[in-house]
Amino acid sequence: MKILAFAEQRDNKLKKSAFEVVRTARIIADMSGADVVALLIGNQIRGLAGELGGFGAQKVITVEDQKLEKYSSTAYAKIIAEVAKKEQADIIFLPATAIGKDCAPRVAVKLDAGLASDCTALKIENGELIATRPIYASKLLTDVKINSHVKIFTLRPKVFPTGNSSGSSSNIESLNIALSDVDFASHVKEINQASGKLDVAEADIIVSGGRGLKGPENFNLIEELASVVGAATGASRAAVDAGWRPHSEQIGQTGKTVSPTLYFAVGISGAIQHLAGMSSSKYIVAINKDKDAPIFQVADYGIVADAIEVLPALTQELKKLLGK
Amino acid sequence: MKLAVCINHVPDTAAKISISADGKNIEKTGVTYVLNPYDEFAIEECLRLKEKYTGEVIAISLGGDAHKETLRKALAMGVDKAVLLKDENARDSFAVAFGIAEYLKEISPDVIFFGKQSVDFDDAAVGTMVAEMLNLPSVSVAVKLEISNNSVKVEREIEGGKEIVEVTLPAVFTAQKGLNEPRYPALKGIMAAKSKPIEERILTSVDSKTEVIKMYKPHSKNAGKIVGTDVSAVSELVRLLREEAKVI
Repeated sequence: MKILAFAEQRDNKLKKSAFEVVRTARIIADMSGADVVALLIGNQIRGLAGELGGFGAQKVITVEDQKLEKYSSTAYAKIIAEVAKKEQADIIFLPATAIGKDCAPRVAVKLDAGLASDCTALKIENGELIATRPIYASKLLTDVKINSHVKIFTLRPKVFPTGNSSGSSSNIESLNIALSDVDFASHVKEINQASGKLDVAEADIIVSGGRGLKGPENFNLIEELASVVGAATGASRAAVDAGWRPHSEQIGQTGKTVSPTLYFAVGISGAIQHLAGMSSSKYIVAINKDKDAPIFQVADYGIVADAIEVLPALTQELKKLLGK
Repeated sequence: MKLAVCINHVPDTAAKISISADGKNIEKTGVTYVLNPYDEFAIEECLRLKEKYTGEVIAISLGGDAHKETLRKALAMGVDKAVLLKDENARDSFAVAFGIAEYLKEISPDVIFFGKQSVDFDDAAVGTMVAEMLNLPSVSVAVKLEISNNSVKVEREIEGGKEIVEVTLPAVFTAQKGLNEPRYPALKGIMAAKSKPIEERILTSVDSKTEVIKMYKPHSKNAGKIVGTDVSAVSELVRLLREEAKVI
């Protein structure tokens, strides 16, 4: 058996999810006697391959092309599918990131393979790989298996541990795959990163604000707290729908599902669709003046008070503690 | 311009979801079903493109008779035609994509829109699978779209930023919230939708490649402690975060 692990890089840096995917492939391979091949795609990314051996890849295949400087849905899918065929991979792991979620469905069609998206746990039962995935925005979990010959899984970032590098090396093989213009039918032309902004999906701490902040002008209180603790800022659907915050910050069923180490819900009542998106956070702090707000049902620590009064004091106290 | 918008009928996001007796499905009784929220942005975008470039918007849904309710909502919003690809069986993304792709091959739209994911199985896969089945370019999680001639410039949301992708029509797009502000159906539209026909089709289907073994509730968090009821609770909260939770 062979597992192909797609190791994502952006700007010629391996994403944390690359290590998560390779390490998870190794753990599953050790349970089932399989080999792990990692795949790196990009332009001049060969130098990144060495790092992956320490996380469990026996072999790293690199596919380089100048045109692969930026992501292409169609070209990536072609490369992943061709490498999977060449290596006779039975299982393919990709991260459930913007790239992984976009090209995995194409790879599935090319290989006539079943796809289990955004998995949060994997296990082997009676020789079969079973994936756990949240559905209905984490209101439920489901265990699924894939019945096709080739099986594709995308793994939710920040859920699977990377472990430490063992320092082992792996064979590095550079592979040429002929790519013509039609293979780049969907191709990224430019990338606009919001400068210095930490994304909620990648943050260890999130400070989220809701209607209890009374208006967009009070979100500077959220931003100040976030900046002191190195957090990303989030928002409830009510705050986004009111136009106070951009949709990219929305947490919940029609926004992002997050599971940071620490989540501050400030002036958020905790509608069911918000709880679905954040209740798997390790620690939850709720600040809300309504003692009956549902958010207190999932909060580890609560303060029943007006968020606008509590926030400056909290920021001040943490600033003192962290010496900022 | 021929525009196809593929929509789904899903439990309302405010609904409490429970599991049916067989442990493999959700209990549908008492659950309100709605047009998938992301599909509203997809419909709106198609209506705006039609208003700008003229043409026809066709709403397509694969599922049982219950999906007609959602197709009527699309008609009420202003789509020209509604098609139910009738299939009472629950299927996975691959099988749903296959059915939709078979129909789209017949009508060859210039623009094919989906919501970025259905808020039931959250697979976020059908739209891009259809693109691959039709051998078309695609852009998923679109938040902005500009067409000039046959070329489309699309912004898609990625971690901490946006990617700008250019594709040539025909192409497939999946809509993210923020793409536009969907209209509310006007009373006139709602009344007109009641009498518009919904075309029903039965297509060849394929079996699902994935199988649900079981569904279950996630381990629920218990309510913790109320640290205080005014600003004076702040220092105790910070102490707990540092010493008990050890997260600061």
